[in-house]
Amino acid sequence: MAHKETDVLIIGGGVTGTALARELSRYEVSVMLMEKEVDLAFGTSKANSGIVHSGIHDRPGTLKARLCVEGNRMYPQMAQELDFLYQNNGAVVVARQEDEIPALKRLMEQGQQNGVTGVRLIGRGELLALEPHLAPDLAAALVMPSGGIVIPFDLVYALAENAAANGVEIVLGTQVTDIQEEDGAFTVQATHIAGRTPRAAQAAQTIQAAQTAQTTVLPVETVRARYIVNAAGLHAGTVASMIGDDSISIHPRKGEEYLLDRRLAGFVRHTVFPLPTPVSKGILIIPTVEGNIMLGPTACATDSFDDYGTTAVGWREVFDYVRQLAPELKASDLITAFAGLRAASNHEDFIIGPSAVSQRFIHAAGMESPGLTAAPAAARLVCEHLQEAGLDLKPKKVFDPIRRVIRIRDLSASEQAQLMQQDAAYSKIVCRCEYVSEGEIRDAIRRGATTLDGVKLRTRSGMGRCQGGFCTPKIIGILSRELGLPPEKITKRGPGSPLLAGRLR
Amino acid sequence: MHEVNVDLLIVGAGPAGLAAAIAAAEAGAGEIVLVDRLAELGGILQQCIHNGFGLRFFKEELTGPEYAQRFMDKLADFPQIRIKAETMVIEIAPDQRVTRVTTVNARDGLVIYNAAAIILAMGCRERPRGAINTPGTRPAGIYTAGSAQRLMNVEGFLPGRRAVILGSGDIGLIMARRLTLEGIKVEAVVELMPYSSGLTRNIVQCLDDFGIPLYVGHTVTEIVGRDRVEGVVVAPVDSTRVPDQKRAFRIDCDTLVLSVGLIPENELSLQASVLLDQATGGPVVDSDYQTSVPGIFACGNVVHVHDLVDDVSEESIVAGRSAAAFVNSRRDERDLCDRRDRRDLCDRRDASSALSFSEHRPDAFIETKAGRNIRSIVPQKLRRDRPTVLYIRVANPEQDVVISAGGLRRKLRQVTPGETVRLTVAPEHCSEELQLTVTVEKSEA
Repeated sequence: MAHKETDVLIIGGGVTGTALARELSRYEVSVMLMEKEVDLAFGTSKANSGIVHSGIHDRPGTLKARLCVEGNRMYPQMAQELDFLYQNNGAVVVARQEDEIPALKRLMEQGQQNGVTGVRLIGRGELLALEPHLAPDLAAALVMPSGGIVIPFDLVYALAENAAANGVEIVLGTQVTDIQEEDGAFTVQATHIAGRTPRAAQAAQTIQAAQTAQTTVLPVETVRARYIVNAAGLHAGTVASMIGDDSISIHPRKGEEYLLDRRLAGFVRHTVFPLPTPVSKGILIIPTVEGNIMLGPTACATDSFDDYGTTAVGWREVFDYVRQLAPELKASDLITAFAGLRAASNHEDFIIGPSAVSQRFIHAAGMESPGLTAAPAAARLVCEHLQEAGLDLKPKKVFDPIRRVIRIRDLSASEQAQLMQQDAAYSKIVCRCEYVSEGEIRDAIRRGATTLDGVKLRTRSGMGRCQGGFCTPKIIGILSRELGLPPEKITKRGPGSPLLAGRLR
Repeated sequence: MHEVNVDLLIVGAGPAGLAAAIAAAEAGAGEIVLVDRLAELGGILQQCIHNGFGLRFFKEELTGPEYAQRFMDKLADFPQIRIKAETMVIEIAPDQRVTRVTTVNARDGLVIYNAAAIILAMGCRERPRGAINTPGTRPAGIYTAGSAQRLMNVEGFLPGRRAVILGSGDIGLIMARRLTLEGIKVEAVVELMPYSSGLTRNIVQCLDDFGIPLYVGHTVTEIVGRDRVEGVVVAPVDSTRVPDQKRAFRIDCDTLVLSVGLIPENELSLQASVLLDQATGGPVVDSDYQTSVPGIFACGNVVHVHDLVDDVSEESIVAGRSAAAFVNSRRDERDLCDRRDRRDLCDRRDASSALSFSEHRPDAFIETKAGRNIRSIVPQKLRRDRPTVLYIRVANPEQDVVISAGGLRRKLRQVTPGETVRLTVAPEHCSEELQLTVTVEKSEA
């Protein structure tokens, strides 16, 4: 039975938890991040739209509005430090009819109140000059120059790796089951998920061979934590209730997204929003950093916490809608679809602050849109709450804000040639569609990927137009070699998802 | 990074690339580089361990690896063919007089080949689940037929225990038998169309002989299972292919094998500005299998998806010979250019090449045109001076028909989209000036 102590335990390894882990890693405190899935970003963050919102959509005075605008401003520097893909592509909200223009104006005023700069109203002509593939009969649009895009899981891994490099311990595949508060600290019971191989994500510079032991029993881990941050996303209500705080209930809202071929790179430059609806920002046309076009999301309340199915109804809703904004979009360019669950709560705003039950238990919950944009600002706010609760945050003497990763497709031909000469693994191309080398896949595994999806989300291998048809057997082989596991033990995303059923007789 | 000059570079060493390389070498193409992304030559044939290959080309029945081996053995006779295995082509860029091909492998790193001619022989890829937009979850256990076949026949693993196969083309049918023989229970083969597009012999030998049910006019409307496939929902479709959810039923399984179509792999062709045919998804080619870009040839499944490898070999030999002729004509030109007195010739780029259809001699070719019930015709442009073998795919199944290409007529008991019709047309069949129309008509008798 393991017994560990930490100043701060962060529960949840999505963008909220990892952004906080990175922020806290600046200070002289011990931090542990615990995630129940076998990898980070495997919950709500995985299916996020990846939009760095400007902040015009949220009601003035709310945390959503404030943290969105603050977070938005933090992205350019963060991207530079952490080497995740970020593009300040700008966004537009389009009005389809003249009678929608007053609503655009109200949105613009709201944005100004929130401190969003540079927003302006443009007419049809200017809109079409900016975005020639949009429908010619759109009436007008708001332009938000501060809008941006990222790849949500790419962001999460960047944050986590930098946090780990600065001393944060990341524990995967481990679910918190019980929390007791006594003598100014929490005793947390956590269970390793059956068959999972939990191990801390290794920082890039402390590369070492992966732990290979398969857990067959369920070891219980006890952690003594002085402070806890509840960043458990969909399960924030469950975690809160462990200390007797029943103030949070999460009501998952499903969103389906549809991804189109990279052939369409440049089809739109800005992220294209319709006018918002009462429950969501509407169905969007999103250019991704990697050149795909993403359509969605839907917004549909669900009772289930693991309802990740896409539906024929969802597709029709998305496609019929976006075709009104951009009639040239074709269903034949579809390469994949996925669904995610937003951690919408019983509160209208983000729930960030101490629990009524314990001041040392801080919620970072209900982080629905614009949660990703707000995450780095929310992390700072949580730090303030931790300080108020008595945690001394003294800056570290040595904090390295820089994290780097090798992506051969972003290198020039001569840089590639040089790299390949140093390490031939970068010249073995495993994924042709996205141009990913064996070296990058090996690096991803050494940085913490233990599953096919973990490799895919870190490297993009299998995300292209053939959707893993060519590279899947190769990646299974590399995972097997690097993790020292037989191929039959390699999973798509953890226990219960084996890729193979056994060997041929 | 270094640059190498070669006469001919072939992208892909599957059945098309192998046949083309040998034919080009026999025709004196000079120095040839044959590139493949896998370690083993032979392409997809290496994982097709069933028999049925070579009945026409070799007049005997071979397995896929045996068929490939015939060509690989012959390669050894030609030291001028350099093989670059485990090498990925990452870019093709036509330049003034050569085509620049950027390759990468672990031995040489990045290498640029300046080739007088190239042959595109990249084959095809499988349509994934996303392309058919099947609703449901995204668990482990969803494989394209080719991936499942590779996992079994090359890597030696079972992809699952209980499978449903979507798609009843030849690959789906062969996989139904292969899975069954390895002890995997194949619960059903589901086919969207009202008929199987596979060869009749495969329906009998792969399904009927094993009692595997075939649901034609059905599709998978939902994939169920969070982490691993737990089942699929199957529903009949109406004539517009819309599923009837009221008659949907669930089949429990842990694996879904998709055999829902092949797409010629033309990303590199598009980079090289090669014109593609919407009907085939492959390059528009002439009787010599030259594409719209002079000096770039194409053959095999990159041009159009074939039913039989025998046809691939046959057309690839034509492509190889033509590429050799192109290389040699370029060499002759170059030799002429080296003579000071004939410098005038050199300024007339491509003038001496009789082989480029694109800009120089449009009148040298007859365009094929798809008439009634024709989906595609390859080649799309025919030489006027010699016969050409046409590969014709019909749009819909039909019984008792006459297929005609210009003046050539042939009676057929039936045509289906699953079986290519092969017709050899000669110049005298072309009744129209610049066009040859191919049609299927109901037979009068």
